[in-house]
Order: sequence, then structure tokens, then C-alpha cells
Amino acid sequence: MTADSLLAITVLWGFVFIYAVMATMDFGAGFWSMIYINKEKTNATNIANRYLSPTWEVTNVFIVAIVIALVSFFPGATFILGTVLLLPGSFILILLALRSGFLVFSHVAKDYEKALTYVSGISGFIIPALLMLVLPITHGGYIEVINDVHQLKFDALLTSPNTYAFIGFAVSSTLFLSSLLLADYSNVADELEAYRVYRRDALILGPISLIMAIFIMLTLKNEANWLYTNMLDYMPYLIGSVVSFFIAGTALFLPSAKHNHRIGRPRLAVIAVTIQYLLASFAYGRAHLPYMIYPDVTIQSGFTHPNTFRALFITYIVGFLILFPGFVYFWKLFMKDKRYMKQNES
Amino acid sequence: MDDLVLARSLFGTTMGFHIIFATLGVGLPLMILCAELLYQKTKDHDYAIMAKRWTKGQAVLLGVAIPTGTIAGVQLALLWPGFMEVIGKVMALPFQIEIYAFFIEALFMSIYVYAADRISPKMRILSVSLVLLGASASAVLITNVHAFEGTPAGFRIENGEIVDVDPWAAFFNPSFFISAAHVAVSAYMTGAFIICTISAFKMLKNRKNQRVFSFHRKALMLSLAIGGIFSLLTALNGHESAQMLHEYQPEKLAAAEGLFETQDYAPLAIGGFTDKETQEIKYGIEIPWALSFLAGNSFETKVIGLNDFPEEYWPPLFVHTLFNGMVLIGSFLIFLSMVGFVWNKLLKKTHFPKPIMFAFVIAGPLSLLSIEFGWIFACTGRQPWVIYRILKTADVVTGSTQIGVLFILFTLIYVILGVAVLLVLKYYFKRHPVENELDGDLPPNGSMSVY
Ligand code: HDD
Ligand code: HEM
Ligand code: HEM
Repeated sequence: MTADSLLAITVLWGFVFIYAVMATMDFGAGFWSMIYINKEKTNATNIANRYLSPTWEVTNVFIVAIVIALVSFFPGATFILGTVLLLPGSFILILLALRSGFLVFSHVAKDYEKALTYVSGISGFIIPALLMLVLPITHGGYIEVINDVHQLKFDALLTSPNTYAFIGFAVSSTLFLSSLLLADYSNVADELEAYRVYRRDALILGPISLIMAIFIMLTLKNEANWLYTNMLDYMPYLIGSVVSFFIAGTALFLPSAKHNHRIGRPRLAVIAVTIQYLLASFAYGRAHLPYMIYPDVTIQSGFTHPNTFRALFITYIVGFLILFPGFVYFWKLFMKDKRYMKQNES
Repeated sequence: MDDLVLARSLFGTTMGFHIIFATLGVGLPLMILCAELLYQKTKDHDYAIMAKRWTKGQAVLLGVAIPTGTIAGVQLALLWPGFMEVIGKVMALPFQIEIYAFFIEALFMSIYVYAADRISPKMRILSVSLVLLGASASAVLITNVHAFEGTPAGFRIENGEIVDVDPWAAFFNPSFFISAAHVAVSAYMTGAFIICTISAFKMLKNRKNQRVFSFHRKALMLSLAIGGIFSLLTALNGHESAQMLHEYQPEKLAAAEGLFETQDYAPLAIGGFTDKETQEIKYGIEIPWALSFLAGNSFETKVIGLNDFPEEYWPPLFVHTLFNGMVLIGSFLIFLSMVGFVWNKLLKKTHFPKPIMFAFVIAGPLSLLSIEFGWIFACTGRQPWVIYRILKTADVVTGSTQIGVLFILFTLIYVILGVAVLLVLKYYFKRHPVENELDGDLPPNGSMSVY
């Protein structure tokens, strides 16, 4: 592992992490706005939509950014991944297209809002499940080479309990994270009914996602033992992750600092949960190295040309400097401006 | 059908669908910006209403532009993994920079659409400008990858290994500026003519309602001005594109013109069909010497014919028709904007006669058709190469074999999205006719909310 390829995989991992958080929010918000569509009173749907409307486009750019970072940093891995992911990748694309399209349409054509919201809500939680499939595929054992062509062994993939552990984790995490973030969002907007609903959902889904994570570890032991043993080397991170989870849970029961009659400090919980996922995904990612696809592709063998890497890295720095003020302005307008968050109409 | 043909059909269909929305995503922000600027200058509320309604339309189109673009980007890696491997090593820069352009566009589009009522007119103009900048930059950058496929630079292949990589030389490959400019100006022109179509159609339908009629007339005049300027630039630059082909991809130009024998004083063939057996254009019109002049600005320019290349390297000969279609439409639209200009500004007549109005109505669809022709010509005319004289399309295609099913599924999705977007647009603008807004007063500070 050279310093360059390590740097590149870190950037890629950073994108994946940011996308994972933003996308769970995005997909989860779509799901909740479907679930609470008939509860006019609680405003829960409105809250979800208000968050969702301005962010989905920005979130979508991150998925493109991940694909581009993968292709440009690790063209060697792209070749095999592109070949084996043709079918699952295409299904994700189709669902994503339906969802994004109908999400936008549902805001415009109010009469059809219900039907359209169902399309975007349902595809919204299937997509994370499918996206998560990429992880077990990179663990090895599900790819075979026939006539020089890499092929996915669907039967092996679909009969492995590990696969289902990942899917369960993806879905429960999506709903957990999004309900927690929406709880925070509605708390800031002083929407008490919505806050109550989302806080309750987070309390139910948190433990489920933790159980799914444990289920992943248990099945990993059999299905991809190399990864399991590597992960055990990062035990302190895993323990730290679980501790953060319990801190988040506790935070939801503490009395509110600013308001007398409210229970919970959702902002603290959000921060703790972010740390929880950060620690766990770091342990997972670090244990995964040097393999990108076990055992065929390492970050070294798939790495791009060094000249290209250098040029890319310069654009990353320049791009970041240019974009940063834009992100700050965006954040101020939509996440902090109470005029926006408190509007009654979405 | 073999998997190569299916993969090409699938990718071509994706691009053919994406380009409709992508082009409008580049062209409409220019119109919106012009309307915003005119509003701040003239304080005529009609322009504010235009900006608002066009933004609404653009926001709906985004619902298709973005997911289909995402499909295009991922499909490049799924269908052509061998191609993306080379691109990743050599030509990654434009893709990477394009991401920043997307971010700029996405951030400021959201700000313009969802925060319009909370920001000052200055910030609004800045936001639309940045949307325009982001969209144009993404078009220019993605076109650069296409330019690189035609005129590769910045690397060599030695024993199957990619060596001597110079990513900036690849970025500034010989046809970058010309292609990028052509795509940008043709997109601005298309955005303008789509507005021309809509306003001319509405004028025909609202001849009795003076208020609505005059609103659409203002939009029509604006669109004719912008469309006229950019159609002229498109043609001038298209001429340079053809000269660029003459220099770098002579067999593509030969196929575009149906020229078999290398010759000076070469004739330009318009219309007709290329016949491979008799090696001539059937049913076409020939303008003597014109092709030589077009290719090199002199009648003595020697233009290379197809017979100088092995037949396996010939592009498909039907590209002649596509090229003709593009040039014909381009010329017609320049002519049309001139007619509009002469009629209105020189002859000072306020009403256009019916035949001209009908021509205005079809201008937008024609322009879009021209975009399709141009792209299919550019991509299909490159065959059998995916990277000219370096990498063949057949060598980069995926080894997977389930493409037929995917072709059907994706086509179905495009049909669904295409129909849905039309229905939603129709629904929205029926529910919110412009009459309502013309009567209602806008808030005095010139702010507006699109949602
Ligand atoms: C409104 C659309 C439009 C119009 C009116 C024109 N074009 Fe065009 N043309 C395009 C839209 C376009 C395009 C879709 O944007 C293409 C496809 C690939 C590209 O770079 O731009 C293109 C490609 C393209 C190419 C091929 C470049 C390549 O293969 O890399 C040539 C030679 C021309 N054009 C020439 C012309 C000429 C001489 C025109 C005279 C009026 C003209 N175009 C009008
Ligand atoms: C957006 C408008 C575009 C349209 C309508 C379009 C159309 C097509 C069509 C019809 C094909 C199939 C060609 C054939 O096999 O006969 C094709 C192939 C291809 N195009 Fe384009 N294209 C567009 C833009 C681009 C751009 C911007 C790029 C560069 C990134 C590109 C890269 C490719 C590649 C890599 C292939 C497959 C390999 C090949 O057939 O050469 N296309 N495109
Ligand atoms: C030359 C032809 C093309 C033009 C002019 C073009 C232009 C655009 C524009 C303007 C957008 C933003 C959508 C909007 O604001 O309406 C867009 C979206 C997108 N395009 Fe294209 N595009 C072209 C070809 C391609 C190709 C070949 C790819 C794939 C490599 C691609 C990938 C994308 C992606 C990924 C998005 C979505 C970005 C997001 O998430 O915001 N485009 N395109």
C-alpha cells in the first residue's frame, strides 16, 4: 500500500460515508413522508418534505461523485466491479430514476401527491438494501470467472445469511438515522407533535439496527473469515461505536436544556450516532484493506496512473476551496433559517 | 442480436433521452437569467413572471435530467468497463471537475428555487448565474470526454500498457474547444427556441386576450433574439467543427458527405442517400467545389474520400443524412430568426402572419431534433472506434450477457418518465394559468417564491 493509494481510498471512503449519512436521511425522509401522509395533524410529512425538497439533488451528486472517484482513482477495480454489477447496478439505477423523478413530480402535482409519494417512499427503502449488496460482493466468494469474464454467483449471494444481515442493517439504519435526524429537525422547528413521533420511531429502530450489526458480525465469521479476524483487530473502535450508541439512547431521555417540558436532546443524540457509524465504518474499512475486491483486486493493483492521481488531487483541493462557501450558505438557508423550517406549506 | 449491438443500443437510448433534458438544463437557465435581468432593468413584472414560470418548468425537468444523467454516468462503467479503465487512467480530470460543476448547479438551483422569497434580487441573479455556469460547465466537461474519444491525446499504449500519461494534455486535446463551444451554443439556442415554441403556440391560442397575448409576445421576442444570436454562432462554429473533422477524422467527414474518391474541387452533397454499391449519393443535390471550400477555406483543398481507408474502418454511411439534417435545421432556424427580426424591427409590424407563427411553433422541436442528429452523428460516426485509432468499441464492451433484458427495462423507464414529465407539466400549467399571475400583484421588493 503506497501513501498515494491509501490517500485515494481514504477520500473514497469519506465520500461513501458522507453519502451514506445523507442518503439514509434522504431515503428515510421519503419513507416517513409516505408513512405519515395521512396524519395531517402532526405535520410529520411536512417536516420530512421540507428537509427533502432542497437536499435530494445535492445528495444525488454524491452518488455520482463516488462512482467518479472509484473510476478515476481505481480504474482496475472498476473493470471487475462494472462487469459483475451490471444487473444489480442497473436495478438500483432504475429505482433511483423512478424515485427521483416521482419525488419531484409529487411536489408539483398536488392531486397525485399520494400515489407519487408511495412510489418514492417504497423505492426509497429498497434502494439502500440494494446498494448495501455491494459490500458482501467485495468480500469474495460470490464472483467466479467463466470464459475470462467475471460473473456474479447470484445463487450463492442470495442464499447467504450474511447478505441478509447486510440488507437488514441497511434498511434499519436508514430508518433509524432518518427518524433521529428528523426528530432533531422538528425539535429545532418547534414542531412538538412531529418531534414526539420521530423520537419514538428512533427509539424503536435504534436497537433493531444494533441487533442487525451484531448479526452481520456473527455471519461474517463464516462467510468472510478474513474480514472478521481483521475486524477483531479493531475491537476498541467497535466497542467505542457501541458506547456511542448508548450515549445517543441516553441523550434521548435527558431533559431538554432549553425547554422545560421537553424530553430528549436530539442534537446530542445525532452527534453521538454519527460518531457511532464513523467508528464502525472506519473499523470495517480499515479491516477491508488492502483488498478492494477479495482476493482479486487490491488498492495497489487497481490504482490509477500516478500522474493522473496527482492532477486529480490538485483539483480536489481547488474544488473544495471553491465549493465550501456554497455549502455553508446552503446550510444557513435551509438548516438554520427558522423562516424556512417553520413554514406551514412545504 | 449480439451483446455489442445491444449494449450500443442501450447506451445510445440512454444518451438520446438524457440529452433532451440536459440540453434544456443548459439552455433554460440562460433564458431565466435574461428574464431576471430584464425585470430588474425594466421593472416590468411580466419578466418576473416569465422567470418564475420557466424556473418551475426547469425544476420539473430536473426530475428527469438528474436521474438519467446518473444512469448515463454509471452505465458508462457498467457497459464499457474497458473504456472507463482507460478514461480513469488518462482522462479522469473532466469527470472529476464536472462533479464540482454539478455541486455548484445543485446548490444554487435549490437556493434559487426554494429560497427565492428570502434572498435579495442581487443574490437571486447571482444564483441563476451560478446555475447557468454549473450547467454549462458540466456540458462542456462531459463533451470534453467525447472530444477526447475523437482526438485522443496525452498517453501512449505500449505492449497493452498505458504509458506517458499527461492528464492535462489529454484534457486540452485538439478538438476540446471547438466541440465544447458547439455543444454550449447549440444548447443555448435550443433553450431559446423551446421558449419560442411555447410562446408562439400560446399567442395563437390567445389572440382575443390582449393581456395574455402581449405577455407571450414579449417572451417570443426575447427568445427570437437569443435564438438568433446563438443559432448564428452554432453554424459558424459548426463550420469549424467540420474543418476539425477534415484534419483529425477524415473518414468521418467523408462519410458525412458521402465522398468516396479523394479529390480537390470536391462537391458538397445535400440530401439524398449514400449508395455503397455505386459509390455515389442518390437523389441528392451537388454543389460543385463547395466541400473543398468548407473543409479548408479554398477550392483546391484536397478532401480524402472513403476509398482511401480500409472498408472495415468506414463509419456507417447513413450518418450523411444525420449531418444534413443538423445543418439544414440550423440554417432554417437562422433564417427564421432573421425573418422575425426584419418583420418586427425593420418593417415595424407587430403581428406575425400565420405561416411565420407556425414556423415559430415548430422551431423548438426542430432544434431538439438537431441536437439528436448531431450527437448520433458524432457518436455513431466514430464507429468502429471508441477511442479513435486506439481502442475498438468491440474490445471494451462488458462480458456480461443479460443486456437484452436491461435494454427493455431501461426503455420502459424512459417511456414512463417521459410520459410522466409531460403530464406533470401539463397539469401544473393548467392549474396555474398565467392569467392568475398577471392580475395578482407581486410583492414590492421583487421577491418571488417558486413553490
Ligand atoms: C441545435 C443543434 C445544432 C445545430 C443547429 C447544428 N449543430 Fe452541429 N452538432 C450539434 C448540434 C447542432 C451537437 C448535438 O451539439 C453536436 C454533437 C456532438 C457535438 O460535439 O456537438 C454536433 C456535432 C457536429 C459535428 C461533429 C463533431 C464531431 O463529430 O466531433 C459537426 C461537423 C457539426 N456539428 C457541424 C455543424 C454545422 C456545419 C452546422 C450548421 C448549421 C451545425 N453543426 C448545426
Ligand atoms: C448526449 C448526447 C449523446 C448521444 C445522443 C449519444 C449517442 C450515442 C449513440 C447512438 C451511441 C451508439 C453508437 C453506435 O454504436 O452506433 C453512442 C455510443 C457511445 N457514446 Fe455517445 N452520445 C452522446 C454523448 C456522449 C458523450 C458526451 C460521451 C462521452 C462521455 C459519449 C460516449 C459514448 C461511448 C463511450 C459510446 C459507446 C462506445 C461506442 O459505441 O463508441 N457519448 N452514443
Ligand atoms: C453532451 C451531452 C451532455 C450534456 C449537454 C449534459 C448536460 C447535463 C446537465 C446540464 C445536467 C444537469 C441537469 C440539469 O440541470 O438539467 C446533467 C446531469 C447529469 N449528467 Fe449529463 N450531459 C451530457 C451527457 C452526459 C454523459 C455522457 C454523462 C455520463 C457520463 C452524463 C452524466 C450526467 C450526470 C451523472 C448527471 C446528474 C448530475 C447530478 O447528480 O446532479 N451526462 N447533464
